[in-house]
Amino acid sequence: MLIKSLVSVFLAAILTENYVLCKFLGICPFLGVSKKLNTAVGMSVAVTFVMVLATAVTFPIYQYLLVPNDLSYLQTIVFILIIAGLVQLVEIVLKKYIPSLYQSLGVYLPLITTNCAILGVTMLVLQKVETTALYTYTYGHALINALGAGIGFLVAMVMFAGVRSRLESADIPKSLQGLPITLISASLVALSFLGFSGFVDKLIPLA
Amino acid sequence: MAEKKTLMQEFTKGIIKENPVLCLVLGTCPTLAVTTSASNAIGMGVAATAVLICSNAVISMLRKVIPDKVRIPAYITIIAGFVTIVQMFVKAFAPAINNSLGIFLPLIVVNCIILGRAEMYASKNPVLPSILDGLGMGVGFTAALLCMGIIRELFGAGSIFGIQLLPVQILIFILPPGGFFVFGILIAIANKLNTKAGKKVVTSPCQGCPMSSTCKSFECANKENNSNSKEVADNVN
Repeated sequence: MLIKSLVSVFLAAILTENYVLCKFLGICPFLGVSKKLNTAVGMSVAVTFVMVLATAVTFPIYQYLLVPNDLSYLQTIVFILIIAGLVQLVEIVLKKYIPSLYQSLGVYLPLITTNCAILGVTMLVLQKVETTALYTYTYGHALINALGAGIGFLVAMVMFAGVRSRLESADIPKSLQGLPITLISASLVALSFLGFSGFVDKLIPLA
Repeated sequence: MAEKKTLMQEFTKGIIKENPVLCLVLGTCPTLAVTTSASNAIGMGVAATAVLICSNAVISMLRKVIPDKVRIPAYITIIAGFVTIVQMFVKAFAPAINNSLGIFLPLIVVNCIILGRAEMYASKNPVLPSILDGLGMGVGFTAALLCMGIIRELFGAGSIFGIQLLPVQILIFILPPGGFFVFGILIAIANKLNTKAGKKVVTSPCQGCPMSSTCKSFECANKENNSNSKEVADNVN
């Protein structure tokens, strides 16, 4: 049951609840950094890493520090400060100890603080604790959910980088060039993701 | 008299000339996510405007106190404080809006329009113009959201503000793909009008991004963008 629910949370986060294409979180990097495949992958890996790390820190802080002290209204301000601090810390640690990784991921880190997907994931996993009735939503579920959200972001970015490289050679009407055609192709990619709705529930029935 | 006119300009520029959504392409996430109905769009617009006015005012007051190096964290903390206040107000007085906006209400904190105005305008200008700038940008944001909300609700649910108008419902307009599509078409129209008027059009969301000065990632880092954002800041001054 536990493994089943973990797998279902993981797959749902990638396919049916894709943070970019179904929940509209992290649209700016999705549109801005998806022109080239390698930058798209770099950004996604950095986002995934920070997402898991941020959830790992904010989940216990909310559950065991804010809620018992009746401070849950401070969620927004505490979480954004934790994320900003974490991103800064990761940047310093990477620079000092793993310079090669810093070279490839470091450039994306300043952008990540204001990426709404990160703050969104940390808040949505806490909402799930209250709304999931079928099984108890544990710390493990939250981490798996954050990992799935990051991988979903990666999948969307990589797919979209492919679509955009095809767009380069297309003949597009003048007014649609640039951002408009990018958004319209994003709409088609999002349409394809609608095909997954109900997929996870059918594949792994929990009840 | 001249003073009054410029103050008026600070207010009106955000509505059409520098519309944050359609011309600067900022705040795309809430624009796409909450515009499934016209009333949601207004709720989001008003909440963001309130935060924008308050944060612009406070940041402008503190602009000489905040050290340059820690300005972004300081701005985020101020913005987060106001978002929390607005969140509590909405929860208490408009619980229906709170439910339909959901996670996007606290996410106003990372809305780049607000950080963008703090960085580009409020940190350099006195309090009164900053408040008017915030109000103008907020009204522009609300207007763009409302425009999208009306289109999506009309086609997707056949109604506007819940009043049934069309007999047909094209559900896809309310679903995520419809959001991307309508936004793409609206930006295409804005670009068409801007090129006719001989103005520059935005080709990448990075151009207006408040983080573009600190961002070293591949597409944001090229010089053209930096000079563009400088231009915007100069125009504002």
